[in-house]
Amino acid sequence: MKMRGMFHSRELLKEWLIEKLIWICGISAIFFVFGIFFFVFREGADYLLRGFHIREFFTSIEWYPTSRTQVRYGALALITGTFSVTLLAMFIAVPFGLGTAIFISEFCSPRAREALKIIIELLAAIPSVVWGFIGLTVMNSLIIHLFNAPLGLNVLNGGIILALMSVPIIVSIGEDALKAVPESYREAATALGCTRWQMTFRVLLPAARNGLLAAVLLGVGRAAGETMAVLMATGHSIRIPGGVLEPVRTLTATIAAELGEAPVHSDHYQVLFIIGILLFSITFIVNLTADLVVRGIRKK
Amino acid sequence: MISDPLPKWCSPFPCMRRISSRLATFVLAACIPLCLLGCLRGRTPGVPGGGQKTVIQNTGSDTMVNLAQAWAEEYAAIEPGVSVEVSGGGSGTGIAALINGTVDIANCSREMHADEISRARANTGKDAQEFLVGYDALAVFVHPANPLNDISLEQLAEIYGEKGTITRWSDLGVAMTGKASDEMILVSRQSNSGTYEYFREAVLGKKRDFRLGTIDMHGSKDVVELVARTRSAIGYSGMGYATGHVKMLNIAKRTGETAFAPTIDNTQSGAYPVARPLLMYTMGAPGEAGAQYLQWIFSPAGQKLVALSGYVPLSDTVAVAAAATPHPEEP
Repeated sequence: MKMRGMFHSRELLKEWLIEKLIWICGISAIFFVFGIFFFVFREGADYLLRGFHIREFFTSIEWYPTSRTQVRYGALALITGTFSVTLLAMFIAVPFGLGTAIFISEFCSPRAREALKIIIELLAAIPSVVWGFIGLTVMNSLIIHLFNAPLGLNVLNGGIILALMSVPIIVSIGEDALKAVPESYREAATALGCTRWQMTFRVLLPAARNGLLAAVLLGVGRAAGETMAVLMATGHSIRIPGGVLEPVRTLTATIAAELGEAPVHSDHYQVLFIIGILLFSITFIVNLTADLVVRGIRKK
Repeated sequence: MISDPLPKWCSPFPCMRRISSRLATFVLAACIPLCLLGCLRGRTPGVPGGGQKTVIQNTGSDTMVNLAQAWAEEYAAIEPGVSVEVSGGGSGTGIAALINGTVDIANCSREMHADEISRARANTGKDAQEFLVGYDALAVFVHPANPLNDISLEQLAEIYGEKGTITRWSDLGVAMTGKASDEMILVSRQSNSGTYEYFREAVLGKKRDFRLGTIDMHGSKDVVELVARTRSAIGYSGMGYATGHVKMLNIAKRTGETAFAPTIDNTQSGAYPVARPLLMYTMGAPGEAGAQYLQWIFSPAGQKLVALSGYVPLSDTVAVAAAATPHPEEP
C-alpha cells in the first residue's frame, strides 16, 4: 500500500511539473513580445523624446543619416518602399496562394496532394538569403531582358521574390482552414445537387474565411518583415517609386544595412530603433485589424 | 486549425528517429575528444619560450582598420613575440592618441595638420615621423560598352551631388546605343562606408551631400558587379576591386584639363585626383619592435596585403627605399 502511495505521489509531482512547464511555455510568448517591445522602445526612446522631428520623419524623403552639414532623417521614401513591395507581393501571392490551397484541399487526387504539399513545404524551407541571391542574379537579368528595363533590381523583383516566399505560408494555413470545414457541409452541399465549384465558392470559402484571412495576413507579415531578400533584390535606393520597374529601399533593409556601423546610442542608431518601433506598430495594427475583422465576422 | 499531432514530414519516415538518435550518440562521442583537444590548446602558452610579449599599440583611421588588422594577424604568425593591437576610431583619434603618448603607431588616411604637428612637438618634444604605407585610390567605373573615357571631378560632382545638373548620359555628350537608357543609373555605397565618405569628400567637397535615389550597394565588389551588368550605370569603389568586366574612367581635376588613368604610377605621382595616401605616424623614431614591424609592412609580404585589402601598394622601388627608413631609436 505504501509503495502504491509513493508511486501515486510521484505521478502527481510529475503531473504538476509538466503542467507548470507547459504553463511557462504558454506565457513565455507574452514575456518575449513585451520584452522585445521594451528593448526596442528603450533604445529609441531617448531621441524620440529629445528632438525627433516627427513631421520630417513621416513627410520628407531626405534620408541623410551621415551628412556632415545637415543630418536629416526623412523616412517617407523608406515607408513607401516597404508598402509598395509588400502590396505587389500580396497582389501576386494572394490569388496564387489561395488558388493553390483550394486546389490541394478540394480538387486534386490524394497522391498529387501529398506530392504538392511536400514540394510547397520545401519552398518554405529555402533561406531568405538564397531568395535574395536568386533576385540579385537570375531575376535581375530576367527582368532586364523581358521588360527592357535598365536595371533589374526593383519593386517588381522584390515583389516577386516576396510573393514566392509568402505563398507557402498562405497555402499551408489556407489549406488547413479549408480542411477544418466539417465534412457534413460538403455532404449537405453535394446532397443539394451542388457542383464542386458551387460547393467551393458558396459553402467552403464563406465557412473558412476566418482561417483564409489569417493565412493572408500572415503572408503580409512575412512580406513586410522580410529583410535579407529585399535588401538584395530591391536595389536599395531612396526614392518614391513611380512604377514597378524602379528600385526602392525598405524600412527593414535600412536597419539591416546601417545598424551595424552606426555608433551605439548615437542619434542615427536611435532613429534606426525608431524605425523598428514603426515596423512593430505596423505589424501590431495589421494583427489587431485582422483580429477585429475576424470577430466582426463571427458575430454575424 | 492545425490538427496533425506530429509534424507532417515525420510520419512517412518512422526510421528517421532511430537514425537521428544514433547520429546524436556519434556526434557526442566525436565531441568529447575535440573538447579535450580544445582545452589542451587553450593551456599551451602563446610564446614558445614563455617570454614577455612586446605589444605595439596601433590606432587610427577607420579606412585603414581592416588593413591594419590584416597586417597584425599576419605578423603575429611570423613574429610570435610581438602582438600588434589594432583599433579604429578615425584618423583624428589616432593622431590625438599619438600626441598623448597612448599609442605607438597612429594610422592616418590624411597628412597630419600643421597644428597637430606643433602640438605634438610641444607635448612630447619630438617630431612625428611619417611613413607612407600605401594609397587609397577610388576608380569610377562604367559598363565596357559605354563610349565615355574621360570625366572631370566637376562633372562627377554634378552627377552625384545633391541638386546636381547632370542626370542623363546625353548631358555629358554621350549617346547610348541599343537597349541602354539615357538616364544614368548611379551606383553608390551605403552611407556609413569609408569609401562613401572619401568619395563625398574628394568629389563633392566638404559641404555637399549625395543625390537621393542612388543604388546603394553593400560592398565594393557588389558595385563592380552591378556596373558590369548594367549598361547605363556609373559607380565607384577602390581601384583594387576593378575587374575586366568594367571600364575605369580617366579623371581630370577640371573639365578640359588632362584626364589621368587610375594607375599605380599616376596614383604615386599624385596626378590621379581621387587618391589619398595611407600613412602611419610614430612619435620620434619607432622603438625596435615598431621599426621591425614597419620594415615588414614595406616588404613584399606586407605590401601584398595592401593590394588584397583593395588599396594600391607602393611601387617596388618606393617600398625598398621606404624599408630603409624606419630605424629604431638610438639608445
